[in-house]
Amino acid sequence: MMIIISVDDKEIQAEEGTSLLKVCLDNGIYIPNLCYMEGMETPPSSCRLCFVDIDGEKNPVPSCSVKVREGMKVFTNTPRVRGLQWSAFELIMSNHRIDCGSCLSRKACPLIKISRHLKIRLKPFRVGHINSGNEDIVEDHPCLIYDITKCVRCGKCLHICEKIHGRLYLTFAGRGVDMGISFFGDSDDETIPCARCLACVKICPVSALLSYERYEHSPEGSSS
Amino acid sequence: MIDTIIDRINIAYAALKSGADEIAAARKSSPDPKIYIGMATCGRAAGAAEIDGIIRGLLSELDVKADIIHTGCIGHCYAEPIVIVDDPRHGFPPIMYYNVTPGKANLIVRAYIGRGDPLYEHLLGAMTENELIPSVMGFPRFGMEERLVTEHCGHIDPEDIQEYISLGGYSSLARALVMDPIKIIDELKKSGLRGRGGAGFPSWKKLDVAGSAQSEKKIIICNADEGDPGAYMDRTIIESNPHQLLEGMAIAARSIGASSGIIYIRHEYPLAVKIMRKALDDAAGLNLLGNSILGSDFSLDLEIFQGSGAFVCGEETALILSVEGHRGMPRMRPPFPAEKGLGGKPTVINNVKTLSTIPAIIKNGGEWFSKIGTSDSPGTAIFSIVGNVVHAGLVEIPMGVSLRRLIFDICGGIPNQKKFKAVQIGGPSGGCLPEIFLDIPIDFDSILEAGAMMGSGGMVVMDGDTCMVDVARYFLEFTQRESCGKCTFCRIGTKHLLTILEKITKGEGAMSDLDTLESLSKEIRRGSLCGLGKTAPNPVLTTLQYFRSEYIAHIEEKRCPALKCRALTAFYIDLDKCARGCDACVGSCPVECIFTAKGRKKGIDQSVCVKCGECVTACPKEYDAVKRISPAWKVPIVEKIKESH
Repeated sequence: MMIIISVDDKEIQAEEGTSLLKVCLDNGIYIPNLCYMEGMETPPSSCRLCFVDIDGEKNPVPSCSVKVREGMKVFTNTPRVRGLQWSAFELIMSNHRIDCGSCLSRKACPLIKISRHLKIRLKPFRVGHINSGNEDIVEDHPCLIYDITKCVRCGKCLHICEKIHGRLYLTFAGRGVDMGISFFGDSDDETIPCARCLACVKICPVSALLSYERYEHSPEGSSS
Repeated sequence: MIDTIIDRINIAYAALKSGADEIAAARKSSPDPKIYIGMATCGRAAGAAEIDGIIRGLLSELDVKADIIHTGCIGHCYAEPIVIVDDPRHGFPPIMYYNVTPGKANLIVRAYIGRGDPLYEHLLGAMTENELIPSVMGFPRFGMEERLVTEHCGHIDPEDIQEYISLGGYSSLARALVMDPIKIIDELKKSGLRGRGGAGFPSWKKLDVAGSAQSEKKIIICNADEGDPGAYMDRTIIESNPHQLLEGMAIAARSIGASSGIIYIRHEYPLAVKIMRKALDDAAGLNLLGNSILGSDFSLDLEIFQGSGAFVCGEETALILSVEGHRGMPRMRPPFPAEKGLGGKPTVINNVKTLSTIPAIIKNGGEWFSKIGTSDSPGTAIFSIVGNVVHAGLVEIPMGVSLRRLIFDICGGIPNQKKFKAVQIGGPSGGCLPEIFLDIPIDFDSILEAGAMMGSGGMVVMDGDTCMVDVARYFLEFTQRESCGKCTFCRIGTKHLLTILEKITKGEGAMSDLDTLESLSKEIRRGSLCGLGKTAPNPVLTTLQYFRSEYIAHIEEKRCPALKCRALTAFYIDLDKCARGCDACVGSCPVECIFTAKGRKKGIDQSVCVKCGECVTACPKEYDAVKRISPAWKVPIVEKIKESH
């Protein structure tokens, strides 16, 4: 059923029950987000960037997890929404190695887009950079390499992997700031479909997951 | 038709009860002495298994027949190992002996059981009122408690289902089986019972949501994934009275129509798992679980799931994912598990203490329960009180008792004539409350208002020697180590808090760090995905609010007021106190930094010292010459004398 909601005092028509974030994005209203993918039944709401204020809600809520309903009044840029977004973005950037010059994602980098949208700089201002435990590039997979210093832990790679293969060939592992992507130790090219698939590489927004081929052609890979 | 089912249930229960009563009567009429040994994890850690072996050996040596009963934990950790001897032949009531060493065990068997000397110097008290020996109930740690859930803990054999039944156990289940499920939820609503897992959500509401959901399958889960540092209430209850929990679970399952259930116990609790496994088998053997329980139309299968020790799996959505075989990571609520939980089915998850309270409510009625404690937080609170407190252990008190009464009157206050500094309530999600809060009543709302949290019941008492910045750092280290890493605020935000706190404890902090700590904490609280992240900054916020001067001393004066932070303190030897020619400290130093100074007294080479504090312990009490000082630069300089060779 089509319903009408209002976003920043603009009336929008939407199918009832759709994700609020999707409705906004489809209608040209950008809300910063990293972990949301269309078609997710239960979005992870883990990046904590897509906050909005909704009339009647006590606190800002992540719009990816809200289903639109008739008469909903949404505000995407109240001071408290911006406050949370600035904070979340600053935290993400404090754990992301900023090296745009040699990054393969620089042309379509969501972080640069968010930084422009929120009008804050990429480099964190209040806190220093923090490292994740073992920052060596993970090379224990036959065709993928993983760089935790770039990873923003959006989990899109896991989502796409499960969607395509019905099971996971990579997973989150570790605790706290050391949590990152890990492989299950399958090293046999015959038993894992990764070399033919590489969907995770294509979907990674920050080039933290790369195929060996891509890595070798990147400015970083060819210099080392 | 309905009448016949009710009759069948009543007859089945009556048969069980009379069978159990017979066994209990036979035990009671036996002239043999009965020896109760507390063999829960805490008792074993204190040496109960060794005591058990010694007592058995001596009994057979003396050729005395006795009934040795392994009970669970009575909650008096400071007194473990505990042995209770009931030997009516000597005309004394059952006697409790505390801190039983092998020597004491020897005496108990030879002198008391053998010759009838009750050993007045080694007993804690009698278990019943009598004319001969003062009762333990005269001792505030016993007398001022109100035991509702832990009533039988430490008094019965947790592996003996008959003993539990003979005390009226499973009668509430028999009653619940003939009640309309709605009536069970109504009774819980009347009782006002709030979940004992932390947040204090009204228990009946979860059951009501799941109960009215349309689903062919519903699930009940007992959350025994206890992970707060210093908390062990759930373990103790499972190890001491598992059937009470099973009974409560079965009643809750019946109220929503759940046909299966899971007891989620962390695998670090091997004894609890073992005892629970036996309890499940025994209950199924007597048709108190399984198909058509006691001849009714209600069936329930329960199984144990062992958690792998992730703290975050105590959060209910993470717990469900973990049972489903995934990495335990919380997800957004709603939907709440009561609507959509394990496998998408309505699932009610309750804490061990909540479920263990239910049998008493069904037995005595919701109204009876609502009169215990305060009107908004009815019932009792179970705390594991640890830290700098004389009578540490498990305490059950009615809600509304003040913190002062609990810590000072019931638990004996702070040892070694030290001053009370703070009490940490609610583990990593809780906060540190200073002295001004000692008179607030203990209930969900008052503690929350003060900035801490009831949590699951961990309480750490801290004396004047505790550095509050270091305490905050400790808890943040815990949170960061246990954070699942899913959401930005908890994964990265708590790491920043930890980094700043570490800087301050090393004397490298700046005043602007305090503002960052505060603003970041508030953002983490607002922005995190799950309850753990939202409450993780509480230790920082409460210490900042109530102990700000300590933070400032660390930053501006490079001084740790409690003399705890290693980088800001130094050890030195007070030459006025050091004894000429004594070298007790010299050998204790692992880095050999103690040298001989003028007058054959000793000095510490500050450039080598690692500040381990071994010399403090080694220095004889009567000299007490090794001192600690902060800031470190104030340490007096002691001249080395030139070696004469």
